[in-house]
Amino acid sequence: MDPEKLKGHFLELIRRASTVLPPDVEAAIARGAEEEPDDTAAASTLGLLLENARQASEGSTPICQDTGALYFFVEYGPDFAPAEIEAAASAAAADATARYYLRPNAVDPVTGENSGNNLGLGAPALQLSARAENGMRVRLLLKGGGSENASVQYKLPDSRLGAGRDLEGVRKCVVDAVFAAQGKGCSPGVVGVGIGGNRDTSYSCAKKQLLRSLDDTNPDPLLTELEERLFAELNELGIGPMGLGGRTTVLGVKAGKLHRLPACFFVSVSYCCWAARKAFMTIREGEVTYDWD
Amino acid sequence: MIGIKLPVSADEIRTLKAGDEVSITGVMVTARDAAHKYLVETDGEDVRDVLKDSMIYHCGPVVRKDESGEYSFVAAGPTTSIREEPYEAPVIEKYGVRGVIGKGGMGAKTLEACGEFGSVYLSALGGLATTLAQSVVEVLDVKKLEEFGVPEAFWVIRVENFPAIVTMDSHGRSLHDEIAELSKGNYERLLKGGR
Repeated sequence: MDPEKLKGHFLELIRRASTVLPPDVEAAIARGAEEEPDDTAAASTLGLLLENARQASEGSTPICQDTGALYFFVEYGPDFAPAEIEAAASAAAADATARYYLRPNAVDPVTGENSGNNLGLGAPALQLSARAENGMRVRLLLKGGGSENASVQYKLPDSRLGAGRDLEGVRKCVVDAVFAAQGKGCSPGVVGVGIGGNRDTSYSCAKKQLLRSLDDTNPDPLLTELEERLFAELNELGIGPMGLGGRTTVLGVKAGKLHRLPACFFVSVSYCCWAARKAFMTIREGEVTYDWD
Repeated sequence: MIGIKLPVSADEIRTLKAGDEVSITGVMVTARDAAHKYLVETDGEDVRDVLKDSMIYHCGPVVRKDESGEYSFVAAGPTTSIREEPYEAPVIEKYGVRGVIGKGGMGAKTLEACGEFGSVYLSALGGLATTLAQSVVEVLDVKKLEEFGVPEAFWVIRVENFPAIVTMDSHGRSLHDEIAELSKGNYERLLKGGR
């Protein structure tokens, strides 16, 4: 595909992710607002979040000034080469920064220098997987630093939590992570849970759950049960929007699993702020379409 | 809604109570991680005059520069404040800062400094970036832009009717501590097996 054209598709994908709140997230915030008693700070906070999202969408300005790190999950067919995808994604990220869809968010940890265009080592992050079918499917996640700091990994058993090597132990880890986050990760958050795997794949599994629709059903009935139970329980914590009290502490809980080593049992919690920004695109026979699920 | 005009006196700040909703108008300064380190380690000559009796906003904005070189804020919600906990109390004391605006609350040292020196911590709504940017009516100056980068620089801004809630006051009360305490009981029940 023509490099400029491909870059243009990636640029539009980034613009949508940064400035348009996904419809499932918007609906979940609206449901939260209904749940909160009238005339409470929690109810008015959720209303303001929806109003902010409306303004951002109208003006193509970022929903949140922390436009996050960019994670591209790409499946590509034989008509695309990995190098052209990486080039297009990077060029689009730099262009999106110049257009103020993104804040310059790539800082060299040794020198402290901000690259100024969101490009750097590991930035943007791309996960490429080849497929037999022609065309391309790209899912983009923008995840801010505040919520990334609220993410955490556990190793079961955990004696502090009284958490053993089973789903009940997993449940306790998630309760602990959301309690510890309080309002710092910009609650009400979306909670991605990775069960099993190793240190890095476990975190990656947790983060990928954030791409799922808040309205989907986990194909694994045991995980469906865990997700539903945690959603109800976490909303009993009383942390509320921005940690200032209320019923709406999380918008959703999504869990995935990976086979683990016999010796290892990791539970990773990827906390995402209420501005759970994602956008997807499909390129087929030169035509692009954008969607959320 | 209580109107606060900057610069503001310690006496006026001491009338504010946790839970008060305020609307702030005047000149304040953004400062976050690199900026706080600088404020503690130097005499802060670039910003000390403007900080006196003003407020610090924990914010790393998206900033537009137009063709004539003028800056304006595009998106400007608060960043997580707790990272500045090691620095904030000395900054409040050293520079006479009357308020710190951010999200998520701060710790015991900051709460103590609010009481001792007459300051408050205010919560702005996290992720309210587009809406809050509209309260930033003018960018007056920027310091340390080259060195710290756009998110971390000191942006000297004029705000009008900037909305925030006092969540830590100068009388030792922190709404963050109260919510943490309240949720702790629920947390302990859920850890024991919940329902």
